[in-house]
Amino acid sequence: MSAVPVPVPQEPAAPASAPVRRRRGRTAEPESRGISSAYDRRVPGARVVRALVSGGLLVLLVVVALGPILWLAKSAVTPTQDTLRDPIALWPHGIDWANLRTAWVDIDLERYFANTVVIAIGSWAVQMLVAVTGGYVLSVLRPPGSRLLYGLVLGTMFVPAVVLLVPLYLTALDVPLLHVSLVNTYWGAFLPAGASAFNVAIVKRFFDNLPREIIDAARVDGCGDFRLFFSIVLPMSKPVLGVVSVFAVLAAWKDFIWPLVVLPDPAKQPLSVRLPRLANVTELDVLLAALLISCIVPIAFFLVFQRMFLRGGLEGAVKG
Amino acid sequence: MPGRPSSDGRPGTLPIRKATMTALLAPLRRAAAPVLFLLPMLLVFGLFSWWPIVRSVVMSLQQTNLVTAPEFVGLDNFRAVLQDPLLATAVQNTVWFALLALVIGYPVPLVLAVIMSDVRRARGLYTLLAYLPVVIPPAVAVLLWRIFYDAEPTGLFNTVLGWVGLGPVPWLEDRSWAMPSLVLEATWAAAGGTVIIYLAALVSVPPELYDAAEVDGAGVLRKIWHVTLPHLRGVMLITLILQIIGTAQVFLEPYLFTDGGPDNATLTVLLLVYNYAFQNTTGGDYGKATALSLMLAAFLACLSLVYFRVTRRWAS
Repeated sequence: MSAVPVPVPQEPAAPASAPVRRRRGRTAEPESRGISSAYDRRVPGARVVRALVSGGLLVLLVVVALGPILWLAKSAVTPTQDTLRDPIALWPHGIDWANLRTAWVDIDLERYFANTVVIAIGSWAVQMLVAVTGGYVLSVLRPPGSRLLYGLVLGTMFVPAVVLLVPLYLTALDVPLLHVSLVNTYWGAFLPAGASAFNVAIVKRFFDNLPREIIDAARVDGCGDFRLFFSIVLPMSKPVLGVVSVFAVLAAWKDFIWPLVVLPDPAKQPLSVRLPRLANVTELDVLLAALLISCIVPIAFFLVFQRMFLRGGLEGAVKG
Repeated sequence: MPGRPSSDGRPGTLPIRKATMTALLAPLRRAAAPVLFLLPMLLVFGLFSWWPIVRSVVMSLQQTNLVTAPEFVGLDNFRAVLQDPLLATAVQNTVWFALLALVIGYPVPLVLAVIMSDVRRARGLYTLLAYLPVVIPPAVAVLLWRIFYDAEPTGLFNTVLGWVGLGPVPWLEDRSWAMPSLVLEATWAAAGGTVIIYLAALVSVPPELYDAAEVDGAGVLRKIWHVTLPHLRGVMLITLILQIIGTAQVFLEPYLFTDGGPDNATLTVLLLVYNYAFQNTTGGDYGKATALSLMLAAFLACLSLVYFRVTRRWAS
């Protein structure tokens, strides 16, 4: 493939960079190619077909993937009657910014937004703590029995989370050993999020790939387990910590079924749990404003950290 | 330092005792760090993963409603679930959802990824757009699509269908339309994630294979058929299994779109589990709920087993 720069521009390429890229695309690079060859692209008829296919796909993606979100953004500031009368209208008759304010203040979205932020931060912190300390023990310290332990952790991947919904709820009602109830507390939302085998596995695998010479050298210099962790391993682990963080926050923001069960008190519920209840008692334009507000943070997160989400495809593309 | 040894009056013993203590404590101190680092993982996994797994097995054999003491009832819960006429409905609906998702949802990311992998310019923009729906919180997406699915002729989708003389379609109100509508939204929400998986796999197609196919005179379409798709076979099987595992657990869409309606047409297995446990006015029937969850888990485990055997046979 042509050498697409890794940081994907949020908007179509800046004019300055466009000619550069085109020139690069034209030089045939034998080691990087896709389905169609340079020859395929030069056949006159094929060029038209290719342009139609790739252009058509872009239009399709804009309409189908982006369209609903653009529609939401438009309708969130459109009076209800406009949206009902002509849902497809490209431009509203009047812009009603007050919807956003009404949603934020009058239906108390403020509070649910804050709840969601609290849940996201708390789940993130617990997930980080568990994954990083667990990964360190399993990868670097490796006490006896750590392979068995890792097996037990990975084994939970094969138990679908939903299967545990009811026993987990009863555990949260009366936590073993501590005998406290986590229902209607944020700890009830934070702590189970930490039991993510996926997080432990990717952190452990990242630690496994850290250069052993550095760790061994630190050991020889008399570096203890704690200093090794804080001064050597953590500073080298920013990439994996970033990935785990971004996915942890986004997952907490999107989570629905567990907060629904563990936080029955409406005053404590996050947006995703509260919105469906509000949907039945809120006027359409205000509801749409509330929906828009609820997905601004995840979309912003995605745009800022898009490399982490899309790397699956792009990392390989860079390597050819 | 005159004052110091006087604490126990025997100046010589202090260093010796300190040394023995250090020697004795050394293994403990060496073990302290791993234990401390292990604690978060042990506590969180123990309390919120391993214990609930064990507990679900125990609970499925008990009559539990939190009001009276749990009572051992053997396989009564399983019998009660199997005799529930709603179970057949839920299983049928879940299978129907999975089949529709295979027909509607499975080819979409594959086709998108194959075309996208051959786009030369602004491919990042394509992946960005394709992935965007994945980051929308599912509850928000469902509520938005519920508005699109308005059954009135003025509903958004019905307006579009009206342009070509179709509809209006009773998207969520009709027994036979409800499930396809759910699948359509679920496909929109999930396709981007699979596109990324395919794109990553497509990069690893050896270019020599394309070169060889060209030498044999293959055009673009034949190269896709004879080189690209065979190369993706393994990944396609993985995404297939993942999709079936995912659709077997479908909950959010039927819960938020239709709450299992109309007339139980979208009641899925997991929704039935939820209803047993949390929608019961007489107090949750947790025994039945865990019994059904366990049966679902057993089915999913069988699926994984089949998957591993198939991949091993293909590999050898």
